[in-house]
Amino acid sequence: MATLFGSGIKRREDPRLITGQATYVDDVKLPGLAYAVFARSPYAHAKITRIDVSAARQAPGVIAVYTGADVKDRLVPVPCAWNVPNCDLKIPAHPLLAYDKVRYAGDAVAMVIAETRAQARDAVDLVDVDYEPLRATADPEQATQPGAARLHEEIPDNIGFTWVVSGGDAAAAFQHAEVAVSQRIVQQRLLPTAMEPRAAVAQYNRGSGQLTLWATSQNPHIHRFLCSVMLKLPEHRIRVIAPEVGGGFGSKIPAYPDEALVSFAAMELGIPVKWTEDRSENYKVTIHGRDHIEYVEMCGTRDGKITGIRTRVYAGLGAYASTAAPGIPTILHGLVYSGSYMIPNIHGTIYGVYTNGTPVDAYRGAGRPEAAYLIERLVDIFARKIGMDPIEVRRRNFIPKDKFPYTVATGLIYDSGNYEAALDKALGILDLKAFRAEQAKARKDGRYLGMGLVSYIEICGLGPSQVAGAVGFGGGLYDSAIVRVYPTGVVKVYIGASPHGQGEETTFAQIVASEFGYPVENVEIIHGDTDNTPQGWGTYGSRTTAVCGSAVKVAALRVKEKAKLLAAHLLEANEADLEWKDDAFRVKGSPDKAKGMAELALMANVAWNMPPGMEPGLEATAFFDPTNFVYPFGTHICTVEVDEQTGQVKILRYIAVDDCGPPINPMIVDGQIHGGVIQGIGEGLQEIAVYDEEAQLVTGTMMDYAVPKASQMPHIEVAHTITPSPVNPLGVKGCGEAGTIASAACLVNAVCDALAPLGITHIDKPLTPARVWAAIQKAKGATP
Amino acid sequence: MERPVTLNINGRSHTVQVEPRALLVHVLRDTLNLTGTHVGCDTSQCGACTVLVDGQAVKSCTTLAVQAEGTRITTIEGLARGDTLHPLQMAFWEKHGLQCGFCTPGMILTAVDFLAQNPDPTDDEIRHAIEGNLCRCTGYQNIVAAIKSAAATLRAGNAGAAA
Amino acid sequence: MIPTSFDYVRAGSVREALGLLALGDGTKVIAGGHSLLPMMRFRLVQAPKLVDISRLEELRGVQEYKKGLRIGATTTYAELARHPLVRERCPVIAEVAADIADIQVRNRGTIGGSLAHADPASDMPAVMMALDAEFQLRSKKGGRRTARAREFFKGAFVTDMTEEELFTDILVPGMGRNAAVYVSFDSAASGYALAGVCASIGRKRATISDISVAVTGVAEVVFLAGALERMKDTKCDAAVLAAAAKEAVAGLEIAGDVHAPSSYRRHIAEVAIIRAVERAYQRAGA
Repeated sequence: MATLFGSGIKRREDPRLITGQATYVDDVKLPGLAYAVFARSPYAHAKITRIDVSAARQAPGVIAVYTGADVKDRLVPVPCAWNVPNCDLKIPAHPLLAYDKVRYAGDAVAMVIAETRAQARDAVDLVDVDYEPLRATADPEQATQPGAARLHEEIPDNIGFTWVVSGGDAAAAFQHAEVAVSQRIVQQRLLPTAMEPRAAVAQYNRGSGQLTLWATSQNPHIHRFLCSVMLKLPEHRIRVIAPEVGGGFGSKIPAYPDEALVSFAAMELGIPVKWTEDRSENYKVTIHGRDHIEYVEMCGTRDGKITGIRTRVYAGLGAYASTAAPGIPTILHGLVYSGSYMIPNIHGTIYGVYTNGTPVDAYRGAGRPEAAYLIERLVDIFARKIGMDPIEVRRRNFIPKDKFPYTVATGLIYDSGNYEAALDKALGILDLKAFRAEQAKARKDGRYLGMGLVSYIEICGLGPSQVAGAVGFGGGLYDSAIVRVYPTGVVKVYIGASPHGQGEETTFAQIVASEFGYPVENVEIIHGDTDNTPQGWGTYGSRTTAVCGSAVKVAALRVKEKAKLLAAHLLEANEADLEWKDDAFRVKGSPDKAKGMAELALMANVAWNMPPGMEPGLEATAFFDPTNFVYPFGTHICTVEVDEQTGQVKILRYIAVDDCGPPINPMIVDGQIHGGVIQGIGEGLQEIAVYDEEAQLVTGTMMDYAVPKASQMPHIEVAHTITPSPVNPLGVKGCGEAGTIASAACLVNAVCDALAPLGITHIDKPLTPARVWAAIQKAKGATP
Repeated sequence: MERPVTLNINGRSHTVQVEPRALLVHVLRDTLNLTGTHVGCDTSQCGACTVLVDGQAVKSCTTLAVQAEGTRITTIEGLARGDTLHPLQMAFWEKHGLQCGFCTPGMILTAVDFLAQNPDPTDDEIRHAIEGNLCRCTGYQNIVAAIKSAAATLRAGNAGAAA
Repeated sequence: MIPTSFDYVRAGSVREALGLLALGDGTKVIAGGHSLLPMMRFRLVQAPKLVDISRLEELRGVQEYKKGLRIGATTTYAELARHPLVRERCPVIAEVAADIADIQVRNRGTIGGSLAHADPASDMPAVMMALDAEFQLRSKKGGRRTARAREFFKGAFVTDMTEEELFTDILVPGMGRNAAVYVSFDSAASGYALAGVCASIGRKRATISDISVAVTGVAEVVFLAGALERMKDTKCDAAVLAAAAKEAVAGLEIAGDVHAPSSYRRHIAEVAIIRAVERAYQRAGA
């Protein structure tokens, strides 16, 4: 069993998933279930002058129709839970149903409850609303300009916060710099597109006063808390269950009006109510990601030393401040401006801007991909300017491996790293010399080959809680586990995190089974139900293994510690004379005198013969709060060929070398990298949420939003270096977001390298053929 | 407007009352409780709703239940033989071809049809074959590996059966 | 996404279907449903009644017709892609069918349904125009009539058909010594053509004796690019081709959209014309 930790065993969650036996929220059936459908604003910005729901109320099968007027005094607006300090944060009320004004296309104005989905849908067409349209904008830079449409009366310039990050003296650095480069960068809006749309089923027992809410949630304890606020219902009367959840990528972190309204209806009507999003509804109302317009600069010396970085960022918030929104472009973005490098002078000003778009919140990587992108783009632009190989520039500025823990100018303390090793490994896989030769030859033939490279770092494993408090995060960032050993020795582990595809039912079982000398089948991981799991803070920010996995490990060690005392008692030996060897506690020198965990579990649970003072039972709870974030890193390389005639980008190779500490299950780690890389390539190549002049989302279905397809995506060559983190007992870092953080920048760097002979230094992603072709035309002096 | 429709699903005949406008996927999920078939979009693109109709992969969100009368329908629940997983199910498990699992039933059923047409596909052919099935978790790489591996298993099985 | 209510009749015969359409009550025809149902789910189309023709054997399948093909309207893309007669007589139809959307859509989507739907970005109309195919239409009052593909497509989602007519067959003339190639550049999201071009070319040795080029995806409606006529009697000279391709799209109203601005669409249409013509020329010489 010694090899279980670190072994790529098959996932334990799969048998139910590959046979159709899994239960997602929309699969939940209850007797008497009714269905909710929302009437939503077609306008991005309008006054509501009249709502008439009388016809809808009369429609066949309709049980109830609610408007904003019905709920505004009974329910609390959707809370924002990340009150970033020192930035003049303004959080306007986000009513659950709009009653005076709608602020984005999709803002709900009424909820219809009917006996069937079809009846509810039919009745929505009968909700009659008069709107008085107002000017609208979804552009976060435009929205700050004088005369722009004003979303919230109390925020005249639409600026929700102005947050500054500063370290060293950037002004002086730029003033005295030998070289400086600058770039305007647009990091487009993205649609998270978890394959399972959001859904909620609420059931209220009037007798017991208990509300049960099945929800598509990455963090059921957070949803319990936020629903308790919105519904004014005490937390202990709410049970949130996140059953099988079909992907999240951040979009299932926030509290939304929908699940609270469905709960409200269930409580009002005394019947269970279900709501399930359509995909086009999901694209309108479930949070979006990114949406930055950035003015960025880098300065340094002619011999490649980077001395400063400076940014001004307009970060779109959308119409309201979603749950974690203020923290994303600030704490999770601006603090990471040093990247993998020793950059002594850093200054960033980030404006959080309300616009008439769908609210923006955490999307895979959340703030960190935007940071990695601007840093890694700037490094390439800077290298081009000084005529140095961008790889050499990176080497000259890397934080050396012997300097960890290392405090960067923004104040973060990086835990551990060996950036050059990852870079060298990636270059070795590529065979750089051969590629450059091929590229040179291709250029002579008029073909455009390019190589992009990114050496990223990531801040993840979100904790510690003290830092969470200091940066205004409205919760803790520890996590928890109960390890409960049954009389027959088998184990159930109840965790505070809430995996939804990441495979922790397997990896966490590997942790416990390794510790107990068990086959993995003896351990079951239970998650996603607030009534039987300890308080936890959810699965996001690549934190689950580093934080909750550590709690599992600590709880398992506590169980084992007690088991050891019991073993000593039963073996009539001194605890000091026992050692854990070959899956049992054994008396040193007399290895036949041994007790395994299964036998000790039985003895502890029957409690016939306990040591004096020892309580019966064998279980332990652990709340693990890390001492620092973890900082995974790596180097990705992408090679491309650009078709000059059509602007099409063909990815030739994609190499990912990531360091996320020791992998518990390498197969699962690689799967996370694959998925993350492809999400970032989608961002780099084809994904973009587009709003028109009236702030209408014109990429509102999968016909127009280009979710990557298998045929459009490359094979990825994956490798790792292993540098343990000192901040948790597993030594692990995170791997869920790493791929996404690196790959968009990597692709754009490759295309800009390919087109370097034309003098092209930057093209805003996504690099659709149309955009690449236009850039080529512009570089050639033609009007596209 | 409801009318009786008889559907043969996974070898069993079901007569259900449906409106003509009822989509096959809604009847499978809501009426017959076969919730392994999923809905991931509303424009016939994601393929999460894929089932086999007379052996052909079909998007059940773009098929009326009344149109399916008299056909043989296979959903993910009917693919395994008792406790023996279909080689594609086995391969998806072994190759880590799924994460959240939401797209998986449709992905597997598309692959069943595809491998019947093309028993020995290249990676590239597999990638084209699953264009109508979107996955947001895996980056497709292990799905391609799984389908390739299942193809080999199925070929070996057919060779064995022929011998 | 649930359509509004409608009645449904599975037609037992073409005559029955024609009778229902003749009532003029807005009844719509459904076969594979892959053009109609997506619109109905979004409630962009509502109909009191659907008449299902998908099981009418007389509307399905491929037969020899003179030296070409007769293709039944409800023949699916999957059937076309695999059909030996199509692959032999008119391979471009099989190739285009094999590349439309995805396996599931090809299994249900029918060629007649798609042509009657007349999406301005769909592929097959360009093929039908280039090959000078004819469509057979039937109605209760008007009986049978034949419409040339080249006169059938009137605008985005608008055709020469009346509401009472049923699209029954496609007649594709024999290719003779011609060879045809379809080249398209597609939207990464929908897979529909940003620009798609079908070129059909006949050669006498190195000289082009016959050429038809049809363009889809670019303009309001699929069209025949007359400018390419000037390639006739040439040896597919690159400069002439480039000039003709430019002229073919020069005066067009091209709307830009979220997938590509009009400048790119115009450019990529030129590229598609050039590549389709060059490949068809090569294929005709092979």
